[in-house]
Amino acid sequence: MKNDNNVNNYKKKRPKGVKQEKYLKRWKKLLESGSIMSILFTGVGGQGIILTTTVLAEAALLDGFDVKVSEVHGMAQRGGSVIGSVRIGRKVYSPIVNSADFIVSLEKLEAVRYIYKLDTEGFIIVNDFEIYPSSMYLDGIKYPENIISKLTGYTSNYMMVKATEIAKNLNEIRVSNTVLLGSLSNFIPIKRDSWIKSIKDNVPKRAVEVNIGAFNEGKKILS
Amino acid sequence: MKKKGQLKLLAGNEAIARGAYEAGVRVATAYPGTPSTEILESISHYKEICSQWSINEKVALEVASGASIGGARTLVAMKHVGLNVAADPFMTLAYTGINAGLVLVSADDPGMYSSQNEQDNRYYSRFAKVPMLEPSDSQEARDFVIKAFNISERFDTPVMLRTTTRISHSRSVVLMGKRVEHKGRGYEKDCQKYVMIPAFGRIRHKALLKRWNLLVRFSEQSSLNRLYSPKTGKNKSLSIGMVTSGISFQYAREIFHHTPILKLGITNPIPYKVINDFAQGKKLLIVIEELEPFIQEQIQQMNLGVKVLGKEYFPQYGELSPEILEDFHSQIFGTDLIGRHHGKGTDIDFDASKNISVNPENKKSSSGSIPQRPPVLCAGCPHRSVFYVLKKLRLKVMGDIGCYTLSVLPPLSSLDSCLCMGAGIGQALGMEKADPKTKGKIVSVIGDSTFFHSGITPLVDSVYNKGSGLIIILDNRITAMTGHQVNPGVGKTLMGEDTTEVKAEEIARGAGVKNIKVVDPYEIDLFERTVREELKKDQLSVIIARRKCVLLEKGKTVVNVYIDEKKCEKCGLCLKFGCPAIELREDRYSINELMCTGCGVCVDICKKNAIKIE
Repeated sequence: MKNDNNVNNYKKKRPKGVKQEKYLKRWKKLLESGSIMSILFTGVGGQGIILTTTVLAEAALLDGFDVKVSEVHGMAQRGGSVIGSVRIGRKVYSPIVNSADFIVSLEKLEAVRYIYKLDTEGFIIVNDFEIYPSSMYLDGIKYPENIISKLTGYTSNYMMVKATEIAKNLNEIRVSNTVLLGSLSNFIPIKRDSWIKSIKDNVPKRAVEVNIGAFNEGKKILS
Repeated sequence: MKKKGQLKLLAGNEAIARGAYEAGVRVATAYPGTPSTEILESISHYKEICSQWSINEKVALEVASGASIGGARTLVAMKHVGLNVAADPFMTLAYTGINAGLVLVSADDPGMYSSQNEQDNRYYSRFAKVPMLEPSDSQEARDFVIKAFNISERFDTPVMLRTTTRISHSRSVVLMGKRVEHKGRGYEKDCQKYVMIPAFGRIRHKALLKRWNLLVRFSEQSSLNRLYSPKTGKNKSLSIGMVTSGISFQYAREIFHHTPILKLGITNPIPYKVINDFAQGKKLLIVIEELEPFIQEQIQQMNLGVKVLGKEYFPQYGELSPEILEDFHSQIFGTDLIGRHHGKGTDIDFDASKNISVNPENKKSSSGSIPQRPPVLCAGCPHRSVFYVLKKLRLKVMGDIGCYTLSVLPPLSSLDSCLCMGAGIGQALGMEKADPKTKGKIVSVIGDSTFFHSGITPLVDSVYNKGSGLIIILDNRITAMTGHQVNPGVGKTLMGEDTTEVKAEEIARGAGVKNIKVVDPYEIDLFERTVREELKKDQLSVIIARRKCVLLEKGKTVVNVYIDEKKCEKCGLCLKFGCPAIELREDRYSINELMCTGCGVCVDICKKNAIKIE
């Protein structure tokens, strides 16, 4: 989005949802022409990245795309920094992301850690939520306060979503990732029905309703 | 994607399980180990297959070999270092061959996501002269397993299927088929084949060499090796060819649009004639493979009259990635021609003498200092108090493999060693032999599952050789690190049946250990006293620190813990406990309610009585 350099002036006048519309149109065309869309998820081990990538990947599969997913198991899962990726297209080869068209970060610090992976025309969605890494106390390092300025150093294409807060209001903190998927769904050409079916297929039965609620809440958030 | 059959998004490991199911497998064995664990977990959902966690990879392969002799198609799975444990039966199994099909899955871990080394197990297949297939995605993982069983029975040989973490743990679309029941092959006594005394071993070695020649011919004609030619066009590169296998193929296919690619599905034996034909008219072959130059060196030995390069450019450690190949591509063919979203680009010819190196260390990263986030022991982990005490007492800790290996990181900084499964006990004995003055200053720690895996033999060795140290068995009632698999101490099988609960203390007693204590590590003061007492004794001691993995107790908060700010003197001692639920934000210490499991151990850690139970 090259003409977004003066984003601050532009932002005030622009009606909400324009950005989403732009990305949606662009990716419809690109996917039709055989391009591969890469979505990177970043967060902390235990935040549920595997389920989140599954919901997206199976939704894309329902829409007839080829999909590949990559994730991390084992030792790295124990509270460490983790990433997962989903690649969608007519035909996908590599499961891992080189340059990300979208990043969805479940935690703020992890957004900054992986922002360099974002394509120049990519977009990043960040959960406005902090998990303090234990290494900080020992090294005397502080949790960076200026997360947003660190992000804007790389891109103006970002949005913060209070996903964990929304999830808390829904009385189920574990659905914050689904809120973020709702927000992401405005940017990428996957049908709403496919999203909903994929949620139903992948979350525990008793949590289907609250997850769909979370998805809808996330979808309402427009930048 | 308008194919018949059912399409499903499967991880490589799930696809291997599916392939085994469709191939009519009736027995499957494994010991859990990242990245192979989910193969057996997935297989256990198929009721037609009798699946089991064996106590280690050696036993898993021996059970598998018995099942094969007994007439059932059998799959055995392990991580790369697991094959070291199973190497003894493996090497001779290559001699005896099989009865019903036997496929061994070796899941390698380039990049060491969860391993102590990144050995390239393709060499095992050459070492043993056992054929090896390398799938490059989940579809191939399913397909190749089925083919591997056919090869196994056709040539009377075990077959290796080698995956890497990226294959095992990435998910892609799989077209599934139906299970075809395997008729089974009745057992017939054949001592010349199965009893490897030297006289029969000599006969079988010759049979193995004969079989090898047949396999070479098979590999030459197999459709598992495939050629991908670029579409005609002026940018087509004719003087260069790429040779690759496994996940590296996917990266190569994505980056190189105009260069022919020979993809090897069978990497042992490699198809000499196919490679020779491919090399005709070319000036250069570039071999794209992770870790060792396994394929490259074999092609070089063929003296094809073309340059064969690979590891001259690519690292011999870690994973490859599209990033590395893109870097390579831009250095040899120029930068901007790749066109991420356009599919354009030229990769015509390049000067092989050009000085090119791809250094993964040069990778981009975010600027500025970002606090690291290494993995940690979970909040409420029962291992934590053990290592807090061991550090406090300044003991040398000979360690082992499991979640507790994380105690090497600050603030617990406990471990002095971690070599392989079961090593800590023997190492502690060796330390004691090297310097008797260290008596009372060395302990070894080992998890429950690791103890059953390979801790029993060194325990017996320690008794026999008059060791006087202290062995601490960290019994959290599960194989935790790999994602909570049952083990002999749990009293449940993989298929969910009740079974005899094997007790570590009874094994120790049976081996002749006189001093055995079982302590709940949440009772941190009692645990410390017990360690102090046992270290004073002249004979070997075993302490079993028994407390269920906290992740199995989720949602079962025992007590609510908080920090009384009036009493807190901000000494920071509680942070040295290293619990992720204890936080320091803007100079205030607090307990993160969401993370805290209510174990209450930190209440005993705080000397100022500032940490309290509600």
